[in-house]
Amino acid sequence: MAFLDLIIGPDGWGNLLMQGAAVTVAIAVTTVPFGFGGGLLLAILKGSPNRLLRAGCDAFTTFFRGIPDLLSLFIVYFGLQAALDKVSKLFGESVHIEVSAFVAGVIALSVVAAAYSSEVWVSAISSVPKGQIEAALSLGLTKSQTFRNIVLPQLFRIALPGLGNIWTILLKDTSLISTLAVMDLMRAAFEAARFTRQPLIFLPLAAGIYLIISIVSTIVQSQLERRSNRAYA
Amino acid sequence: MLENLSSFIGLPLLEDNWPRLWSGLLITFEIVITSCSIGFVLAYPLCLARMSKNWVLSKAVLGYVTLFRGTPLLCQLYLVYYGAGQIRPFLTDIGLWTFFREAYFCCLLAFTLNTAAYQSEIFRGALSAVPKGQVEAARALGLSSFAITRHVIFPQALLVAIRPLGNEVIGIIKASALSAIVTLPDLMGATRTVYSHTFDFQIYLYCALIYLALTETIRRVLLVVEARYSRHLHVTASAAVAAPKQRWGRARQVTPQTP
Repeated sequence: MAFLDLIIGPDGWGNLLMQGAAVTVAIAVTTVPFGFGGGLLLAILKGSPNRLLRAGCDAFTTFFRGIPDLLSLFIVYFGLQAALDKVSKLFGESVHIEVSAFVAGVIALSVVAAAYSSEVWVSAISSVPKGQIEAALSLGLTKSQTFRNIVLPQLFRIALPGLGNIWTILLKDTSLISTLAVMDLMRAAFEAARFTRQPLIFLPLAAGIYLIISIVSTIVQSQLERRSNRAYA
Repeated sequence: MLENLSSFIGLPLLEDNWPRLWSGLLITFEIVITSCSIGFVLAYPLCLARMSKNWVLSKAVLGYVTLFRGTPLLCQLYLVYYGAGQIRPFLTDIGLWTFFREAYFCCLLAFTLNTAAYQSEIFRGALSAVPKGQVEAARALGLSSFAITRHVIFPQALLVAIRPLGNEVIGIIKASALSAIVTLPDLMGATRTVYSHTFDFQIYLYCALIYLALTETIRRVLLVVEARYSRHLHVTASAAVAAPKQRWGRARQVTPQTP
């Protein structure tokens, strides 16, 4: 069948699509520690006594939640390039460093994910009963000990559903990086569609792969939630 | 008018390119308003179909919603835009090619289908937030099913839906930037054009500020609207604390006590 030859076989595009899917998952997974970690950091800073710091973190969140993710990507990509050009000019103009689109993409997605997830972390932190913190402090634990040993272990369970939502958004947002010529699933499908002039084969195929990835992650997510709630059932 | 806003003091970049950005902003507005309204109209029937007892209908809508929520909007947009190109002869035959030829209408179609899926889920969540006992009570009182929907379910469900619907509008404003990728000169597209002419990175920051102004305005207005329409909930909560307990007769007027 001509249809299957396009996908499997020596001239098939299946391999490229599979590699693209791997890149998509790799981008999303690489973003998670930076994005969610950054979000947690933001959430902690939002509770700091320093008003300036709090305002700065709130402004960061508002900014990156309020603008299109595509624009965040461009701002990070072109902004990073402009900044690097300035730095390399300081050291003599012979050096020209190109920002890798993959790295810029991961940074941009991390920034966006941090902005989104900080709200989830904030509400998780505030849902830890105050009495526990007072009790810990009165037992002589320092503030950081209290946070690490009392608050933090409880956060993941509460934050998990919210973080799961952000992971779903993140997974779909990786497709934006295809506009910076990174060969992710979206780009692979786009190139295949353009080359073979068969967009109605390859684009639904890509959609199907995205759907499979997101369904799998929904299953993993509900497993994680069940696991973290097992003490509360 | 804003389009003739000719002088931004000290911002020549914005000053020079404002007409382009302004016309881009108008396109963004058109797309967001049109797709959100049509999506809103489609969402309720979709939601009813999803909750109907008809297995086929319910599963079909479930498939549609899963597909549009589980795949990137960019992929859906490509599918409409480039997919239509592949079946051009067919579309020409049935007279739809003039519609699909324009990136504008392709964006509109993709965004509408996408937001209808999301909004139908919002409705479903809001409708299921209304306690079942109320519907049963209304039916026991002899209200027609239209009256139940109109007077019992809708007022409460819409209140729950205000915030997620507002987030969806904000989401579509942000998503509409994708239309720049399929060559539509919306705000994002206009900004990209300006950047390719000037290579001045700052234009992206100005663009971000415009988007930010839009989304923040909507977010804040909706907070006010929500607070206003849910004030009966807050009033009872605070009045219960403030009002002195009185078993009989009319509640005493609560006057602020002077120490």
